[in-house]
Amino acid sequence: MSDVIEALVEREYAFGFHSDLDTDLAPKGLDEDVVRLISAKKGEPEWLLEWRLAAFCHFLTLEEPTWSNVHHPPIDYQDMHYWAAPKPKPQLASLDELDPEIRATFDKLGISLAEQERLSGVAVDAILDSVSVATTFKAKLAEAGVIFCSFSEAVREHPDLVRKYLGSVVGYRDNFFAALNSAVFSDGSFCFIPAGVRCPMELSTYFRINAAQTGQFERTLIVAEEGASVSYLEGCTAPMRDENQLHAAVVELIALDDASIKYSTVQNWYPGDADGKGGIYNFVTKRGRCAGARSKISWTQVETGSAITWKYPSVILQGDDSVGEFYSVAVTTNHQQADTGTKMIHIGRNTRSTILSKGISAGHAQNTYRGLVKILRSATGARNHTRCDSLLIGPECGAHTFPYVEVKNDTAQVEHEASTSKIGEDQLFYCRQRGLTEEDATSMIVNGFCREVFDELPMEYAVEAQALMRVSLEGAVG
Amino acid sequence: MLHIANLRASIAGKTILNGLDLDIAAGEVHAIMGPNGAGKSTLANVLAGRDGYVVSGEATFEGVDLLALAPEDRAAVGVFLAFQHPVEIPGVGNMYFLRSAVNVVRAKRGLPEIGAMDFLGVAKEHMARLEMDPAFLSRSVNAGFSGGEKKRNEILQMSMLEPRLAILDETDSGLDIDALRIVAQGIERLRSPDRSMLIITHHPRLLDDVRPDYVHVLSGGRIVRSGDHHLAAELEANGYTSTLAAVPA
Repeated sequence: MSDVIEALVEREYAFGFHSDLDTDLAPKGLDEDVVRLISAKKGEPEWLLEWRLAAFCHFLTLEEPTWSNVHHPPIDYQDMHYWAAPKPKPQLASLDELDPEIRATFDKLGISLAEQERLSGVAVDAILDSVSVATTFKAKLAEAGVIFCSFSEAVREHPDLVRKYLGSVVGYRDNFFAALNSAVFSDGSFCFIPAGVRCPMELSTYFRINAAQTGQFERTLIVAEEGASVSYLEGCTAPMRDENQLHAAVVELIALDDASIKYSTVQNWYPGDADGKGGIYNFVTKRGRCAGARSKISWTQVETGSAITWKYPSVILQGDDSVGEFYSVAVTTNHQQADTGTKMIHIGRNTRSTILSKGISAGHAQNTYRGLVKILRSATGARNHTRCDSLLIGPECGAHTFPYVEVKNDTAQVEHEASTSKIGEDQLFYCRQRGLTEEDATSMIVNGFCREVFDELPMEYAVEAQALMRVSLEGAVG
Repeated sequence: MLHIANLRASIAGKTILNGLDLDIAAGEVHAIMGPNGAGKSTLANVLAGRDGYVVSGEATFEGVDLLALAPEDRAAVGVFLAFQHPVEIPGVGNMYFLRSAVNVVRAKRGLPEIGAMDFLGVAKEHMARLEMDPAFLSRSVNAGFSGGEKKRNEILQMSMLEPRLAILDETDSGLDIDALRIVAQGIERLRSPDRSMLIITHHPRLLDDVRPDYVHVLSGGRIVRSGDHHLAAELEANGYTSTLAAVPA
């Protein structure tokens, strides 16, 4: 057993390379000028600059929160760049004009930006550091009336939509990192699915941090109108560096009547080395609003990366009969920390939510589930079912569960189950007796533990997620 | 084929096996009986390579030193242990688990992988004989199985893995009469000239259906008496204490 533990606390990060791109960097530091500079670089309209400045003013009144179960040295917000973009800023007539080095970067990540890869059937928006560098399949999506583009382009081409929905789910007053993001966000993805349209393909955004000492602050905004549906996936990687880099994103989802949004994340930011040096601080605010009746928002996340993950993809169940789901696998090894979970806010009648959280800890890692189920007085007939399972690998790691439940309506049904288990020597021995190596056995047991969550991922990503788990947990068994 | 000489094993400072000798030739079926705490399960675990024991002495299979091998390498040599308490692995499909195991062992023996369809066909044949519902293939390994279902699943795995040395650790315990018959028939079918079997049991009833070539009594960590299947009948009639009391010291 001890061999496994030793092996598990070591891991290899396959995406740690750095691309040599000529990068346009803003000077380090954060002040009003930087906010104005970002807005100017992007040629934004006045209203958006005003919004950013309002967010920045609010940010100045806030202190970094300390309530989470993660620990890190103070972040120096003046010691990082808030803008980094590959030069020259691409104004592409077609993907063929994409900087070959950027294309190579994404090819190396297994994300083909070439449209000839039509068979993959997934439209990708590729975001490198602060800007979107390419979006595929735009024409085909446009035929269906679907808008899928970078946030910057959306501001230029669809300002009314952006203005209507930006900040409508996560306002800049929401929290410290949301305020910071609102002030300095550089790019992101925008999706709009018009009424009655089923998006004809999976949409996906791939986030890549490349530049050093740079924070990444992007916003994603997805709107599904009445009866529309979409499945969206984001993936993330970053080079290996000794410093910690901050990633503070905001994601807002809005589902109108009978609309459905499925949002999947495979997060594999650089987690830091075996001694806990370096890695991404992933402090993200994600929230969806089931604004319409019978709407549905489903979050699925597989979190294997980042030195610290701190996020709670949530659903506000406003429309009657709306449905919120949260399926999560969070893996922490070495010195990684994760404090993640969800909030389900039941407002409408007969709203239903499901929470399934699987936390896996190895090495010295600490893994925390933190969830809130809130049933408001108006939410007659609301139901929630929560299950939190933790799997511990080795004696040094920890699993923590903080479920909060607030019920203000007597008709609500709220159920909570929790379990903590260790990968047993019995299970390992059983598998090995059948011929499987310790590494294969561990991988199989862990994947089995996560099965119900992986089943929620789109097919092609479920396979990827399993492979990722294997790499995450087993880099150096042998 | 299996040669065990002066095998000793202790756990947490307590001696369990204390100089055990045993030889099993190819095609032979040996039964080991003995009172609780005699070391029967320890013998099975030590031969299969479970961690936690301090082991000395000799245990070779066709000249290969088993004690020097990791559990998975012993499996590749052909050692199979039917567990007394089969382990549950939630979320891992029974079919997936079994096919992975079969193909890993085949790869180590230089045999080609079995495809999913072929595998399914063979598995279903074995399951029909073991009176198992094919739905078991899509369920998680042993999760939520009854005691009898788990034991049948062990026999299914054994049938698919085609071991050279099969060790059955109290496979008959906790089975009702019908399940016992099915399991016994499953074992009997696997009897073959190039396969050795070591059946550990508390109860002679199994040995009515699977007639062993030799019966050994294990007590105090060593084999104290050996005989043919009549020994099992004698044990049933007289119990361990008086049967063993008849043995010269």
